[in-house]
Amino acid sequence: MENNKSYFGELGRGIKTLATGMKVTIGEYFKDYWTNKSTEQYPENRKTTLHVAKRHRGRLVFKRNEDGAYRCTACTLCEKACPNGTIKITAHMAEDPETGKKKKVLDDYQYDLGDCMFCQLCTNACNFDAIGFTNDFENATFDRDALVLHLDKEVYQGGSLPNIQDGGAEWQVGKFNTKKK
Amino acid sequence: MFDFSQVTTWFHDLLTLTCGLGDFWAILIECVLVGAAVLGAYSVIAMILIFMERKVCAYFQCRIGPVRVGPWGLLQVVADVLKMLIKEIFFVDKADKLLYIVAPFLVIFGSVGAFCFLPWNRGAQILDFNVGVFLLTAISSIGVVGIFLAGWSSNNKYSVVSAMRSAVQMISYEMSLCLCLITAVILTGTMQVSGIVEAQSGPWGWLIVQGHVPALIAFVVFLIAGNAEANRGPFDMAEAESELTAGHHTEYSGMGFGFFYLAEFLNLFIIAGIAATVFLGGWAPIQIGVEAFDEVMQYIPGIVWFMGKAFLLVWLLMWIKWTFPRLRIDQILKLEWKYLMPMALVNLVLMTVIVALGLYIK
Ligand code: SF4
Ligand code: SF4
Repeated sequence: MENNKSYFGELGRGIKTLATGMKVTIGEYFKDYWTNKSTEQYPENRKTTLHVAKRHRGRLVFKRNEDGAYRCTACTLCEKACPNGTIKITAHMAEDPETGKKKKVLDDYQYDLGDCMFCQLCTNACNFDAIGFTNDFENATFDRDALVLHLDKEVYQGGSLPNIQDGGAEWQVGKFNTKKK
Repeated sequence: MFDFSQVTTWFHDLLTLTCGLGDFWAILIECVLVGAAVLGAYSVIAMILIFMERKVCAYFQCRIGPVRVGPWGLLQVVADVLKMLIKEIFFVDKADKLLYIVAPFLVIFGSVGAFCFLPWNRGAQILDFNVGVFLLTAISSIGVVGIFLAGWSSNNKYSVVSAMRSAVQMISYEMSLCLCLITAVILTGTMQVSGIVEAQSGPWGWLIVQGHVPALIAFVVFLIAGNAEANRGPFDMAEAESELTAGHHTEYSGMGFGFFYLAEFLNLFIIAGIAATVFLGGWAPIQIGVEAFDEVMQYIPGIVWFMGKAFLLVWLLMWIKWTFPRLRIDQILKLEWKYLMPMALVNLVLMTVIVALGLYIK
């Protein structure tokens, strides 16, 4: 036998593991039978008790400096890293009037949310900490074209939901909640 | 205890004596009525089961299940049925049209046929032959043919693969299923469904008590094999909705799919019902030999006992389904041919020895 278990040994081990599994699920079944479920009642609770983990990848945004300037240098590393061709960067070379050095200037940073598979390879590729994911997940539109975003043109201020970037409400396991607002 | 045959005799007399109908017409009317009752019960139980499955599964997996349609989601199943009924039925190009149409009916036929064998109450069994148990297993295996034809006629290679796997699985598990039933037959000495229940009605009469160790083994093996027969998790090889795009009924739409779906749930109930009948006494109430207690138990109608036991077993099978991960096809066959079948055979011999030596609890 492949794992060197005897005929009856395997039987005994199988029964034991199955019994363990059944013990776990029966515990869940009767644990506060009426309330303690981890399903959230979205959209009723979207403005009250909704919790979205901070690390959830909702959509890509530009991270900004304190003065609101973006940090992207148009190096196109993210564009190259993206397996889906989601990011399209257009840039031109321009001379810095003070130092006289040549430098790439970003014209357009196009991000197609409809193509993105949220693998985060682009963020990992960026050496300038210029892009990041926000957990703002309500991205649905009626029009595919509305999903094509130009990240350098917009200044992301946080989503439609209260405190969504901080994860929303406190995470409460098993609080089934339909509180509306 | 209430005997349902009073009702049937009364009705028969009403038709023949009071209305003066001949035997032919009386029996025809009775057949139509019984048929309608069976189909009605079949669909009502199917709806209950579908709703129960969703809720039970949700509770086992820490979810809440349907809540939006109707109070507590109660109308969800009605909505689903309506949706299924109004869906268009269409054919795959180059599908074998005749077999494609026949397949779901075969599946539902096997399932309704087996359903008719369940003893609902004293005197309320619909089919009750002296070879009942054999006929039951024979009729229920028509479903395999339906599943195989469905996969074959769909003109889809995934469906064929899945149909072959489910045929292999169902035919294999049929073995231990029948062996377990025969174990019970040895103990009761009859193959008639009503006789098997009747044999269990005394104090401590349920077969699982009467036959102690071998009956218990047979019961457990029966539940496992029955679960596989009904194509339910962890043996839902035929279905495997996430891996095989729902297997043999991928190409079915509307009620064609509905029939497979219905049969799957009803097979679950039938397996539970047969297990309740054969091992837990069917409609026979709990009797412990204490006069007063037995008296009270007698007042609870048989159908309540039967449904209670059957639904308890259904719940048990759902617990199993929503706990265990799906098995691979080789693991399924290994479980059957290396463990369950030999165990059932040894158990059969053990039971024979116990009955021959009179070691069972009388
Ligand atoms: S997350 Fe992945 S798919 Fe999306 S833009 Fe970044 S690299 Fe491309
Ligand atoms: S986002 Fe980062 S990786 Fe992409 S072009 Fe800008 S600096 Fe380069």
